[in-house]
Amino acid sequence: MAASASGTAKKAAKGTSRAQVNRTIVEFDKDQELHAYREMLLIRRFEEKAGQLYGMGMIGGFCHLYIGQEAVVVGMQMAAKEGDQVVTSYRDHGHMLACDMDPKGVMAELTGRKDGYSKGKGGSMHMFSREKNFFGGHGIVGAQVSIGTGLAFANKYRGNDNVSFIYMGDGASNQGQVYESFNMAKLWNLPAIYVIENNKYGMGTSVERSSSNTDLSQRGISFGIPGEQVDGMDVRAVMAAAERAIEWAREGKGPYILEMITYRYRGHSMSDPAKYRSKEEVQKMRNEHDPIEQVRQRLIDGGLASEDELKAIDKDIRAIVSDSADFAQTNPEPDESELWTDIYMPL
Amino acid sequence: MPIKVLMPALSPTMEEGNLAKWVKKEGDKIEIGDVIAEIETDKATMEVESVDEGTLGKIVVAEGAQGVKVNELIALILEEGEDASALDSVSSDAAPAPAAEAPAAPASVPAEPKSAAPVTVPDVEDEPEIPAGTPMKTQTVREALRDGMAEEMRRDDDVFLIGEEVAQYQGAYKISQGMLEEFGERRVIDTPITEHGFTGLAAGAAMAGLRPIVEFMTFNFAMQAIDHIINSSAKTLYMSGGQIHNPIVFRGPNGAAARVAAQHSQDYTAWYSQIPGLIVVHPYTASDYKGLIKSAIRTNNPVVFLENEILYGHSFDVPDVEDFTVPLGKARIARKGSDVTIVSFGMGMQHSLHAAEELAKEGIEAEVIDLRTIRPLDTETIIRSVIKTGRCVVVEEGWPQASTASEVAFRVMDQAFDYLDAPVARVCGKDVPMPYASNLEKLALPNVAEVIAAVKAVTYTA
Repeated sequence: MAASASGTAKKAAKGTSRAQVNRTIVEFDKDQELHAYREMLLIRRFEEKAGQLYGMGMIGGFCHLYIGQEAVVVGMQMAAKEGDQVVTSYRDHGHMLACDMDPKGVMAELTGRKDGYSKGKGGSMHMFSREKNFFGGHGIVGAQVSIGTGLAFANKYRGNDNVSFIYMGDGASNQGQVYESFNMAKLWNLPAIYVIENNKYGMGTSVERSSSNTDLSQRGISFGIPGEQVDGMDVRAVMAAAERAIEWAREGKGPYILEMITYRYRGHSMSDPAKYRSKEEVQKMRNEHDPIEQVRQRLIDGGLASEDELKAIDKDIRAIVSDSADFAQTNPEPDESELWTDIYMPL
Repeated sequence: MPIKVLMPALSPTMEEGNLAKWVKKEGDKIEIGDVIAEIETDKATMEVESVDEGTLGKIVVAEGAQGVKVNELIALILEEGEDASALDSVSSDAAPAPAAEAPAAPASVPAEPKSAAPVTVPDVEDEPEIPAGTPMKTQTVREALRDGMAEEMRRDDDVFLIGEEVAQYQGAYKISQGMLEEFGERRVIDTPITEHGFTGLAAGAAMAGLRPIVEFMTFNFAMQAIDHIINSSAKTLYMSGGQIHNPIVFRGPNGAAARVAAQHSQDYTAWYSQIPGLIVVHPYTASDYKGLIKSAIRTNNPVVFLENEILYGHSFDVPDVEDFTVPLGKARIARKGSDVTIVSFGMGMQHSLHAAEELAKEGIEAEVIDLRTIRPLDTETIIRSVIKTGRCVVVEEGWPQASTASEVAFRVMDQAFDYLDAPVARVCGKDVPMPYASNLEKLALPNVAEVIAAVKAVTYTA
């Protein structure tokens, strides 16, 4: 089959038009704008530093950066409340920082050191914080969707009013267990919010080349799960969508799907040359839709913050990231005895 | 001081690369995130983004350079306010080596924790697990399992049963009879036919602190869900540095039933027993089914609890006492003997005990050990027995390669070599997919005659 020819025909027939994307926003006050700015900038700078440490050989294995997608997790967390759980795949550094996990502990895990969140035994893809209700950090594409549905199940079982945010990429949205989970989540009306971060590529395969219907927000339709496409580059639109979904789930109406239209600037992982897309495409997203630049412009244009104030924030963030990198490089490797710990709880 | 730009590693294995192109020239302004150069590795051409801002002060490694080592200085960036004179202050030495050097010769770490010195006290009498005089009642394995689960559900509201047909249908094999009535649909949950999904859901619920009992209609169907059993449940305590424990029981019938052929007749004991982080249990008697299911539900570890469909209807004596439990990780000496040690579990116990009775008529006294828990394996009980008998036969329904028998035989060789008077023998399922035809199925499974033959071989009495 000629992929290109059929691809064009399909595209026309499916017509995922941008007009469907929900751009309704929450009007942010000054504090919210500054909060979003800080949080997103922390993720951006942290990831840049992680990339640098990877380049220096300080971080090993796989390392998937979140640069470009910051508005998604920051906007979602701005609508969350204490006790709501988060679970995601292996592109997880941003989610951990947004869950208020300590950048030092995250970076030290990336470098495989003893005070990393998993004592250096999990690495980039496997980190958790029970305290912050962050349940991983999962390396198997799609597995976190069933697990997250179980977190939602636990909320319902216990009769609390917490919801679970279950993140997946556009690639994971084609896994079978995602639909098994959708079915049970709606069957039992579990408070599960499925956030599909559509950054247009599952590793090197574009959504058009992997998905018969590219409107991923409609993937729950046969189960009766409402879904919408959201401008995932605008943190205000993300928060507005999160509020709609959370209200739905907390009221006991069951799961909700948010497809965040977003973009990753970097390759799939550090070793991806990203030949499947043009430089112009990446540059256009950076220039016209950067989530952090949007907030920055609003802060300046609206007279909410001066260049100097923003510079001070930048400096503060760079210091936090720099401290975390220093910590991650000086913190010792785990003691060799740790090889044999944390395999079993006492019988 | 100018900022040093080092040759980056762009993949887990990269050691050097070619500097294909400088995208920025000396004197160019650089923002964070700007592509400054392109680097070629053996696999691909990659862009190097700047993580610093300033002005590109000096290109140290020229475009076109081949075989540039990772972490070699390739350029200098001048920070705001610095001028070119600052460049002179930087020595052209290679940049400081990163701290993450390979540790000097790795300290020798044993492949597995060695048990202490070989056990040398063969005749210690253990306290009987069930004290003499304990009131007993006769129960089937099916009833004992149900009672064990129900007792734990009465004791702890976090325990729930989930699986296909466990509620309204009362269990495909009627294990959960009466449980929906007693505990309601909140805690006895019928699922769609969706093993991968409901196992992952239960794994997530366990991470959140609940204590799910996942019933598989048979363990053959758990293959659809094995990723969650291993990757999501068994490994998470380790991957989370001890933060997330996973109190979950995966249970259901395992191994051959009768005439259900290849896809429905497989013993998974050895498969699961390979996984660090899992506890693997496969009981034989009703009393052990009850006592071990209760311990399995109580432990904060993930447990694969393997049952046998044929045994469900078999009756045994079960202690008629409140809260009877059996410890995980402890084998049971089912029959005392001095001439040979037969090690088995599950359905293999039936063949082994029958064989022991027949052998006794010929004057061969077999000691029969019921492993009950296959991981962690109670090596001590096996070794103590082998030290006494000098001979060992392992009996299981699973396939021979990389089997429980292989593991037991290795441990016996490793820890009781000097006590052995014959090589360890094993009686396993035949190395074929399970056939349907009645005669072929019989041939594929171990039987009493094969156990007797193996014992005679190791006792040189054939």
